[in-house]
Amino acid sequence: MKRTLAVAALVTVAFAGAAEARDQIRIVGSSTVFPFASKVVEQFGKTTSFKTPVIESTGSGGGFKLFCAGVGVDHPDITNASRAIKKSEIETCAKNGVAKITEITIGYDGIVVADSKKGPEFNVSRKDLFLALAKTVPDPKGGDKLVPNPYKTWKDVNASLPANEIEVLGPPPTSGTRDAFTELVMDHGCEEFPFIKAMAKTDKKAFKAACQAIREDGAYIEAGENDTLIVNKLVENPKALGIFGYSFLDQNADKIKGAHIDGIAPTFENISSGKYPVSRPLFFYVKGEHVGVIPGIKEYVAEFTSEAAIGADGYLPQIGLIPLPADKMKSVKDAGKALTVNVK
Amino acid sequence: MSEMTAVSGTPGRRTRDLVAAGIGRRYRAERRFRIFGLVAIASALVFMALLFMSIIGKGYSAFVQTEIRLPVAYAVSVIDPDGTRNLDDMRRANYGKLYRDGIQSLFPDVTSRQDRRVLNGLVSSGASFQIRDAVFEDQSLIGKSGEIWVPASDDVDMLVKGKIDRNLPESARRVSDQEIAWIDALEKDGRLATRFNWRFFTNGDSREPELAGIWGAVVGSFLTMIVTLALSFPLGVATAVYLEEFAPKNRWTDIIEVNINNLAAIPSIVFGLLGLAVFLQFFGLPRSAPVVGGLVLTLMTLPTIIIAARVSLKSVPPSIREAALGLGASKMQMVTNDVLPLAMPGILTGTIIGMGRALGETAPLLMIGMVAFIVDIPGGFHDPATVLPVQIYIWADSAERAFVERTSAAIMVLLTFLIIMNAAAVFLRGKFERRW
Repeated sequence: MKRTLAVAALVTVAFAGAAEARDQIRIVGSSTVFPFASKVVEQFGKTTSFKTPVIESTGSGGGFKLFCAGVGVDHPDITNASRAIKKSEIETCAKNGVAKITEITIGYDGIVVADSKKGPEFNVSRKDLFLALAKTVPDPKGGDKLVPNPYKTWKDVNASLPANEIEVLGPPPTSGTRDAFTELVMDHGCEEFPFIKAMAKTDKKAFKAACQAIREDGAYIEAGENDTLIVNKLVENPKALGIFGYSFLDQNADKIKGAHIDGIAPTFENISSGKYPVSRPLFFYVKGEHVGVIPGIKEYVAEFTSEAAIGADGYLPQIGLIPLPADKMKSVKDAGKALTVNVK
Repeated sequence: MSEMTAVSGTPGRRTRDLVAAGIGRRYRAERRFRIFGLVAIASALVFMALLFMSIIGKGYSAFVQTEIRLPVAYAVSVIDPDGTRNLDDMRRANYGKLYRDGIQSLFPDVTSRQDRRVLNGLVSSGASFQIRDAVFEDQSLIGKSGEIWVPASDDVDMLVKGKIDRNLPESARRVSDQEIAWIDALEKDGRLATRFNWRFFTNGDSREPELAGIWGAVVGSFLTMIVTLALSFPLGVATAVYLEEFAPKNRWTDIIEVNINNLAAIPSIVFGLLGLAVFLQFFGLPRSAPVVGGLVLTLMTLPTIIIAARVSLKSVPPSIREAALGLGASKMQMVTNDVLPLAMPGILTGTIIGMGRALGETAPLLMIGMVAFIVDIPGGFHDPATVLPVQIYIWADSAERAFVERTSAAIMVLLTFLIIMNAAAVFLRGKFERRW
C-alpha cells in the first residue's frame, strides 16, 4: 500500500508542473558556437539576477529544426548556427508561427587543415585539396572527363608537396564544419577546371556531384564531431592531416601546426582580416515572439554583443573567436539592442 | 553386436587399457583448458589495469589546483559605492577590479596596458566571484584589506603541473616567457601553490576549466536515479511476481515473456526517442529535466529487473510454497511472507546492476535534452540537469588542455560510484543469499 502511494505521489509530481511557465532561457544549435555561447551564458548567469540559460549542442541544422518548431515555452528561444539560416528553414519557421527572427553575427571561425608538428610543412592550394579529396577528378592524362580519384600521395597531386600518403581526418556530413569546408574549399577548387565550371550551367546535379562528393576509399576518414579526438590522432600519426575549427589549433599550438592554404597561414590576424580563404561567419538567431515573455533574453543578447564579449579584447576572442571588423561590429550591436527583425 | 562380443572377450583389461592410454591426453586437455581460462582472466585484468592506469595517470592531477594568494583591498568605493549595503547592488559590483588591483600591486613595475592585461590573465576570472562570496559571507571585510587564495587560470595551472613544456620555443606554447617569469616570481614569494581542488567537487559545469566541477552532474545523476529506482523497482518486482506466481501459462504470457526479453536487448537510444515522443511531446514534460531522464531510464532498466527478479523467484524451492499453502496461507500471504523475502537478495542484486547500467547511460538522454551545458546546480526534479557520463562527454569534447585531466577525474568519480554499487550487489548476495 505504502509503495503504491509512493509511486502515485511520484507520478503526480512528475506530471504536475508540466505546464509551468519557464523562467530560464533555452538555447540550442551549432557545436562550433557552443563553446563561445556557453562562456557567455556562464558570464550572464553569474553577473545578473537571471537564471543561467541552458544550452544544448545539437548542430546548426538540428538547432533550426527545434527553433522553428513553434512558439511557446516548449520551444527554444535562441539557436546558434555556423551557417546562415536557409530559405526552407525560414519557411518552416513561418509555418509554425515563428516570424520575428533576429540574426546576429558574432564573429568568424577559420577552418584549418593541420598536421602534427613532427610532420612535413604543407603549403596547399584549394585546387590541391579538391584533387586530393574529391571522389572523382578530371583525368590526369588530360581531356575533359571525370575519373575515380587515382591519387595516392600528395606528391601525385602536386609535385611540390611531400610524398606522404593522402590521409585526412575530417568531420562527417552532418557537421556544419563539413558544409563550410565543401563550400569554401571543394567548390572553389573544382571551379578551377573550366569544363566542370561549365557544367554548373548545363547540369547542376552533375556539377554538385563532381565538386562536393568526397572520396570513400579510405583516404578521407570521417572522425565524428569530436575535434579533440582528431588532434590526438594527428599527434600519433604525423603523416595524417586533420580538418577542424581554428580554436583547436589555437589551444594545441604546441602539438600541431596549420597548413598554409593558397599561401596564407591560418593565424588570428589572417582570419580576421579575411585574407585566409577558409573562414565563415558564426551567428545566433533570436525568436522575437519570446522576447519579453521569457525573462532575460534582451539582457542575454546585450551581454553577447557587448565589447567585453565579442570585442577585439573580449573574452570570446581569447578562446578562439575571430572578432568582427569595427564597422560591422557597430551594426551588430545596434541589431542586438533593437532586436530588429532582419530575417525574412 | 559383434563388437560387444569382441570387447566382452577380455572385459577388465580392455577397459583399463583404454583408460590408461587416454588418461595422459585427458590430463593434458584439462591443463590446456585451465591455461586458456587463466590467459583470458589475465588479459582482462591487464586491460583493466591499463585502463585504470591511463585514467588515473591523466586524472589525478585534477584533484589539485594551482592557486595564487592575492592581497585584496575590499574598497568601499568599489563594493558599495552608494553606501546602502543593498545586497542586489553589491552583487553587481565590479569585483574584477579588486583582483586585478591585487595582482598588479604585486608587480608595480608592469605599466603598459597590454602587459597588464596579460598579467591579469594569470588569475582566473572566477576570482571575482570568490571575492564576492567572501564579502557576502563576512560583510565586516568591507573597507579592510586582506589576503585571499584564488584559482590561477588554466594555462598557469597546466604549466605548473608540467602539462605545458616550458622548454619548448615560446611560439609553440600558450604561456609566454614573460608569464613564466611572473609565475616563477609568485612561486618564490610563496604566493603560488597547488592546493586541494574543492571546486571540482562543489561547482557546476563551467567553460573555465579551473572553475568546472562535477557537483551539478552528481546531483543530476542522483535525482535521475531516484526517479528510476522509485519507478522501476516496484513495477519490475510486481511484474515478476505476477508472471512467476499468478499468471497462467498460456500463449499471452509467452508473448509477454518474449517481449520483455526483447526489450532488454534494445539499443538504449531507442528509449530516448520513445521518451521524446511520449514524455516531451505528448505529456509536455520539460526538456532536460531529471524526471524525464528517470522515466526513460526506467523503461531501460525495467526488463533487467524483471528478468533478475523472475530468476530469483524461480530459485525459491517449491517446497516453501507448498508448506505455506499447506499451513493455510493464502497465495498472496505465501508470496509476501515467504517467497518474496527469500528472493529479495537476488532481486536487489539485479536492481543494483540495472541501476549501475542506467547511471552510465548517455544515449537515451541525448534525445530528451539532458546533454546540455548547465551551470546551475539542479534543485529539483523539474530543473534542467545533466548527468555524470554526459559531463564526461562534454568535457572530452572541449578544446582547452586542462579539460583532459578533468575528464579523467570525472571518469574516476563515476567509476567509484559504479564500484560501490557493484560491491553492494556482491555484498548483499553474499550476506543474505540462501543456498538450498
